[in-house]
Amino acid sequence: MTARPTSPRVALTRLTLAMLLGSAAAVGAQESTDPIKLTLHDWTGQLITTELMGEVLKKAGYNIEYVQADYLAQFAGLETGDLHVAMEMWETTGREAMDASTATGKTEVFGPTGMKAKEEWWYPSYMKEKCPGLPNWEALKDPACAEAFSTAETAPKGRYLGGPVTWGGFDDERVEALDLPFEVIHAGTDAALFAELESAYQRQAPIMLWIYAPHWAPAKYEGEWVEFPEYSADCYNDPAAGLNPDLAYDCGKPFGDIWKVGWAGLKDKWPGAHKAITAFTIDNDEMGAMITEVDLNGKTVEAVVADWMGANEARWKGWIGQ
Amino acid sequence: MSAAELSSRTTDPSAGARWLWPLALVLLVLLCLVGAAALPWAFDYPKGLRIPAQRWIGAFVKWLTNEAAVGPIRFSDITRFIAAVIDVPYRAALNLLSTGFLKGEGSQAIQLLPPIPWPAVILLFGLIGYWVRGRATALLAMGCFLFIAIFGQWQSAMVTLASILVAVPIGVIGGLLLGIAAFRHPWLDRALKPVLDLMQTMPVFAYLVPILILFGFGPTAAVVATLIYAMPPMTRLTTLSLRRVPSEIDDLGRMVGCTRSQMTWRVLVPAAQDALMVGVNQVIMLSLNMVIIASMIGAGGLGFDVLAALRRLDFGAGLEAGFAIVAMAVALDRLSQAAAVRQRSMPAPGPWHRRHPYVVAAILIVTTGYVAGHFLPAVRHYPEAWELSTSAFWAAAVQWLNVNFFDYFEAIKNAVLLNLLVPVKRLMVGLPWAGVTAFLAFAGWRVGGWRLGLLTGALSFLIAATGQWEKAMITLYLCGISTAIAMAIGVPVGIAVAARDRLWRAVQLIIDTLQTLPSFVYLMPVVMLFRVGDFTAMIAVIAYAVVPAIRYTVLGLRGVDPRLIEAGRAMGCTPRQILFSIRLRLAAPEILLGLNQTIMFALSMLVITALVGTRDLGQEVYIALTKADPGRGLVAGLAVAFIAIITDRLISAAAARTRERLGLTTH
Repeated sequence: MTARPTSPRVALTRLTLAMLLGSAAAVGAQESTDPIKLTLHDWTGQLITTELMGEVLKKAGYNIEYVQADYLAQFAGLETGDLHVAMEMWETTGREAMDASTATGKTEVFGPTGMKAKEEWWYPSYMKEKCPGLPNWEALKDPACAEAFSTAETAPKGRYLGGPVTWGGFDDERVEALDLPFEVIHAGTDAALFAELESAYQRQAPIMLWIYAPHWAPAKYEGEWVEFPEYSADCYNDPAAGLNPDLAYDCGKPFGDIWKVGWAGLKDKWPGAHKAITAFTIDNDEMGAMITEVDLNGKTVEAVVADWMGANEARWKGWIGQ
Repeated sequence: MSAAELSSRTTDPSAGARWLWPLALVLLVLLCLVGAAALPWAFDYPKGLRIPAQRWIGAFVKWLTNEAAVGPIRFSDITRFIAAVIDVPYRAALNLLSTGFLKGEGSQAIQLLPPIPWPAVILLFGLIGYWVRGRATALLAMGCFLFIAIFGQWQSAMVTLASILVAVPIGVIGGLLLGIAAFRHPWLDRALKPVLDLMQTMPVFAYLVPILILFGFGPTAAVVATLIYAMPPMTRLTTLSLRRVPSEIDDLGRMVGCTRSQMTWRVLVPAAQDALMVGVNQVIMLSLNMVIIASMIGAGGLGFDVLAALRRLDFGAGLEAGFAIVAMAVALDRLSQAAAVRQRSMPAPGPWHRRHPYVVAAILIVTTGYVAGHFLPAVRHYPEAWELSTSAFWAAAVQWLNVNFFDYFEAIKNAVLLNLLVPVKRLMVGLPWAGVTAFLAFAGWRVGGWRLGLLTGALSFLIAATGQWEKAMITLYLCGISTAIAMAIGVPVGIAVAARDRLWRAVQLIIDTLQTLPSFVYLMPVVMLFRVGDFTAMIAVIAYAVVPAIRYTVLGLRGVDPRLIEAGRAMGCTPRQILFSIRLRLAAPEILLGLNQTIMFALSMLVITALVGTRDLGQEVYIALTKADPGRGLVAGLAVAFIAIITDRLISAAAARTRERLGLTTH
């Protein structure tokens, strides 16, 4: 196709299109009325965060468009400027992709959202009867307790359902370092993880799995997180630190920030929006309450967002400088 | 194929070399038993000698997306231009069906004209159904779309429909043209074959990131990804069916003096219509199959609803969105099938509106729809109060199964796992790469000549040399077992329904459902009942891969010339003889194509199985996607494609040899 000599007009059209579609940033004194594209993923908390930001920006007069995109695949779009803002990038699951992307210089981090990702081993409360020492992690070392969590494939070891391999989390290392009689099975996705929990919970069957918050699960199911020795950077990096002198990862998981990231050109094209997005913060409790409203009480995301904005007018007006 | 046949003929002194096969097997077994200590490198490919293909491919992708240029025009500008071209019909369809015609963009857009109201869309599809066949098809099409509306999926369904309406015609026409070109030029056919295999077996996640960069994030990139995946069967079937056009028809065309293009479009293509329509069906089905992945990259629609529902563990909502996809598939497929066999009637004489009654009716429907919509909100948007929801029912059904029957399921699962899956897996993972590579090369040489031997050996070596061996073996074990079970179910079912029209129609509905219902929808309930792991993955693979096993068996059996069966009966064949000696034998090419497609379908499910925690190449591709590492993903994707190519070539060559020995040649 390109080997043929092209007519000047065709070439010109292509060039114009290339300029239009390329990521050349339009710098101007006046802010663009092009739509700012915010990405939507497939979990409720993120939908709420994004819609909240979008509605606030609308109040400031910006043109907003919501685009459905995959959590990780979206970086390709953020880098080229096809997409502009991703409101939730979890330290715990998205860090690597985020670092790889910001290293190109085409995306930037707009600071933390104020929410902290909590992730740890979790069990439903009815398991406490079979394993009374919980939530202290040392109870898990008891063979009888481990067996209570076992299945045919793992017996006599307990079965721990970890997150997808892509989440990292160092559970295999943790089991070894703390010498826990458990086998780590990786769920392929978040949905599979909660499907197993739902199944076990219905039957009041044993289960130990990776649960994170903010999420609807801790609100819907009664249970607790295991209390491991507290996380420190040393514990992860230095084998000598912590309980086990020979191995690292002999502690619990870190709390992680949830970041806002987006296209690096945003700052020049919509400086006011950039300020507002950077200023946006919300905390775990507020978010947890909103997620519960949507997922368990059946309200729509729009209604919950509108309620929050009604109740916190001073806060969001501050973000947009009103 | 001719080269392979020729060489197999010259190197086939099968009488003298029978002992070669057992010898090769014995050598392989010996290596497995004693080799571990003596030849450790034959089991673990030495790390120092690894080919750094990941790095190379990663660098190439980076160059292609950032720097590659022809003169002043960058490669990515060309792809962006293509995306802009595809975007035009897509926007038009989307405006018409979902968003309405807008001025401006984003939240500040002003609606100039609303989308076509839902009752008008339903009636339009009914009208098309009536036009192409008659009342029954009209009712079916209307029923399907009404179903979508009743379950509250209208908005999302129209977004999906818009992208399908763009992807399917491009896929059908592109596939047809490629197939015809491959039929005309054998060299192109040979060159195209591995490309088609790659397109169909490379997991989408492997090339998703480069595509997003090249075509831009959004629905058009989704259409491109859909085309890559959905077009190959059309091309393959076109070439196959043109080749199978009886030579009498071909001769007749020549005798009456057809030009080359008349020969193609007036003689060959109409004569091959049955098989071509299977191709159209496949393009529609596979396009709808991609809606989940398409929704991940900004296409939205029903796929997004499925994903979001399952994140909430709302199976019912997921199922409803899933069945909306099926309903759309059924409607589109039946309409396209009927359109292909429509009898063209002469237009009635008279003024314009007499000659085009359907156009007039369509205009009337749309205008009435708009006018009614202006006054009645219920016509503009399907009222929420009329929506049905089965969410609670499905949640309760799964809970009931779970609470009451979990132990039985667990017992079945453990039995299959311990007696079948685990031993096979252990065996496969323990095989030495060097031995398997040598054996595959030997097998290729024996069944298809030295060229095939070289190909199978080289591909297998590349898998080991890029460090994918263990994952490739896990892949092979999972897909191998699933394919075997799928064929064991599919072929008998195909035989049973091929001669019974009514039953075939019912089975068709079931397999269309299996093929278009996103596996995600039933995967999560299956996880609830069987936990994550290989067994769950196997169920998902079989459910999907059984479709081509049935479809192609039926296609082959129904294509058998009834006169031959009649002749067999007249000669006093028993039904058994008729089945095995006449029908199955004559249908063998299609059944083998079915086997080929079953393997391809099984391999294409790897991405989904990765989502329930398998540790195979699919998982590797998925990990690469999450780490934004296109090199890693493409290498694992290529390994999947290599497995497909090796098995496909060996099966085809073996089949060709068998046919030759039986004196059965395809034309």
